Amino acid sequence: MLEGVNDPVDNPGSGLVRSRTSRTRRNLGLAALVLTPLLLSSCTVPGFGAASGVTDASHKTYKLWQGFMITGLIVGGLTLFLIVYAALRYRRKSDAIPRQTQYVTWIEILYTVIPTIIVGVLFYVTIVVENPEVARVAHPPAKINVVAFQWGWRFSYPGYPNISTVGQTTQNPVMVMPVGETDAVTLTSLDVIHGFYVKEFNYSEYAQPGVTNRFDVHVDTVGSYQSQCTQLCGLYHSLMYFKVVAIPAADYHACLTSASDGPTFVACAEKALATAGSQMTANVRPTQGALSHHG
Amino acid sequence: MVDVLEPQTAAHDDHGHDEHHGPSGIMNWLTSTDHKVIGLNYTVTSIIMLVIGGAFAMLIRAQLTTPNGSVVTLAQYNELFTMHGSVMIYLFAGPFAFGGLANYMVPIQIGAPDMAFPRLNALSYWLYLTGSITMLLGFAVAGGAANFGWVGYAPLSDALNAPGAGADLWIGALLLTGFSAIFTGVNLVATIFYLRAPGMTMFRMPIFTWNMLVTGILILLAFPVLTAGLVMLYADRHFGTHIYDANHGGVPILWQNIFWFWGHPEVYILALPFFGMVTEIIPVFSRKPLFGYKGMVFATIAIAALSTGVWAHHMFTTGTVLLPFFSFMTYLISIPTGIKFFNWIGSMWGGQIRFTAAMLFAIGFLITFLIGGITGIILASPPLDFFTHDTYFVVAHFHSVVMALVIGAMAGLYYWFPKITGRFLNERIGKAQFWFLFLGSTIFTMPGYLLGLKGMPRRMAVYTLHPEWQHLNTLSSVGAWMIGFSTILFVINAVKTTRSPKTAGPNPWDAHTLEWFTTSPPPHHNFYALPNIRSERPTWDYYHPDAPALTHDDHDPSHMPNAAKGATK
Repeated sequence: MLEGVNDPVDNPGSGLVRSRTSRTRRNLGLAALVLTPLLLSSCTVPGFGAASGVTDASHKTYKLWQGFMITGLIVGGLTLFLIVYAALRYRRKSDAIPRQTQYVTWIEILYTVIPTIIVGVLFYVTIVVENPEVARVAHPPAKINVVAFQWGWRFSYPGYPNISTVGQTTQNPVMVMPVGETDAVTLTSLDVIHGFYVKEFNYSEYAQPGVTNRFDVHVDTVGSYQSQCTQLCGLYHSLMYFKVVAIPAADYHACLTSASDGPTFVACAEKALATAGSQMTANVRPTQGALSHHG
Repeated sequence: MVDVLEPQTAAHDDHGHDEHHGPSGIMNWLTSTDHKVIGLNYTVTSIIMLVIGGAFAMLIRAQLTTPNGSVVTLAQYNELFTMHGSVMIYLFAGPFAFGGLANYMVPIQIGAPDMAFPRLNALSYWLYLTGSITMLLGFAVAGGAANFGWVGYAPLSDALNAPGAGADLWIGALLLTGFSAIFTGVNLVATIFYLRAPGMTMFRMPIFTWNMLVTGILILLAFPVLTAGLVMLYADRHFGTHIYDANHGGVPILWQNIFWFWGHPEVYILALPFFGMVTEIIPVFSRKPLFGYKGMVFATIAIAALSTGVWAHHMFTTGTVLLPFFSFMTYLISIPTGIKFFNWIGSMWGGQIRFTAAMLFAIGFLITFLIGGITGIILASPPLDFFTHDTYFVVAHFHSVVMALVIGAMAGLYYWFPKITGRFLNERIGKAQFWFLFLGSTIFTMPGYLLGLKGMPRRMAVYTLHPEWQHLNTLSSVGAWMIGFSTILFVINAVKTTRSPKTAGPNPWDAHTLEWFTTSPPPHHNFYALPNIRSERPTWDYYHPDAPALTHDDHDPSHMPNAAKGATK
């Protein structure tokens, strides 16, 4: 059926056009009303499913995430609103042929220039967060070598040749890190590519064969952070666990000097964690508690 | 140029006409070089692949509804998600778009009798079918199918870590389908450049054809690189080379660079055809010209050009790439993509929108793709990528994108089905299918974003230590099953139409482009006559000579032309 072939062309200058304009204005006003409080409440911005984490970098990543989410919700929300609004507002009411508008130059310029500005800002804030995150300290007070393999991890501590921890899958090997000091982590793999990822660090990096990566972590909260490999590495990928134990820097160095081997070092660290943890329930966390909301 | 303009009517509707040109039935299917037959073969084969890949997805989601799922073993799980991704990307999304609907529609949209190289076109299809069977045969060999993810990262895909024949079949399948894609790319580009009807200038081409031209060029840029990478991978596995082998001076990261140099343009090879379909559909059902047609063309070209310079944003966490460059290039893609969104909205604005199933799917595409696009911008920021890389956040992001493509595919199918078969798909079933597919996609992807932020890594058969992830996983599975159910509705609908009468006529949607000028289905060599082509809407111009698109900045409503500016005698 050649629907519409014989339709008369409507008169485009009808009252319909005027009422559309005023309704559009009203709806845009409504949108602004909804969005403004969201912008003003930036000091109590929600996490949108993420958390601030426990490192210097993770707090900055978290804030960047919040910024992106707010921008995303505004831009996405406005676009979604326009899609749904246009679809509902201009649903078919007659067989009339609507105005055949194809180009409106100022609107086309507007929707090219505004996204370009937004993208410029997003890139700028990205660089502001990224540069310190990928920077490396010249003389790190703590160092750890991480070697991944199918399907486990080896953690060793340069300067302490006797101390290293190895564990596979559900043995859940422990990686000890100092709190309040920059720890330089080197990362490599013996076989395939693995993913070093600690959720509380809001950070991940590949452990690759033939490549040794280094990144610096400054943990600021005592705790135990269950982690696992994130890059597909074969059969037991789902079970390639490890655990980060972060203890006060003084305890960390004391354990390193006193321990005779890997297991005694981990035992020492876990004891320090238990002690620090019981103190923490009283008062150790406040700085971090504040950071997680306002940091 | 033909000057008359009798749309295709019963006078020409000589069905006996077709039979004179070749065998019928199965022989026709086997031997035809007609782009319509090949396009249909591609479409049907790729929908079968969609169903197979979807069945794998259902199993994956069943496994993940409990923390220690026992639906499949760890080994089977790795095979399942590898083959799910491989089937969907290599065997469904691309071939459906550029082999199926584009093969069928592009020659007709530009007024050509066939593709430029019909026999090469047939070869493309047979390579594709052979490649598809080759990949699926992996399940039949000892050691099972490929199990290293659809990205096949070295060295997990080397002879030591993936010794089975399944991996070789996977490589072979990608080589076969890769050549199939390259030949189709050659065909699309040559056809569009050389076989346009008189009057069909570049800037009068339908936007779907434009998208397919750009897709064809991207195929020619990207696929040979993948093919080369695969040959090197195969050489590493069997001929004693050590190209990706770090233990002997090779460089595993080279595979990632090669793979993503293909892989990111591939994202747009997959996406552009569906952008094109939706861009055809929205203006037709809004009864308006495409808003900002030229802007849309340049946005498409810009997306394609930028897509060749962003591959390493998949490799931010390797510590081996220049982060700011790839981040910035990726951000830039959002500008032309944003232009497209506003063009789609502008096309609806002030229209008379008919909510057919095709239009509903097109709007569903916009919303789903919007979510995938916004989360893509988040991932373009290296610190946020470090944060979410290899978690379910990424899985949810690209599933928002690819589910948008599936919804777009359905829009294309509901739109062009009457043209291809002469029969309408049932609109009621179509709308039910839409709601299951659209809501299912949303319910499926949204929990994934949250799971990723909670730290759930991708490609996990079990999440023993995190039983708290179960609720979101179950919700996600429910969404996936809704998607599965929507596919069953589509198959029922398509089968049902075989018993319905051919009522579509040449132009059931009052559409814009040339394919709607000829009969449904079109005759051998597509046209008995062509209308004058004076704009990108020749069929619309023919039926509505007094309602051409308004020229630039013609804001004054009193200028609505009533004169027969482009009228036909």
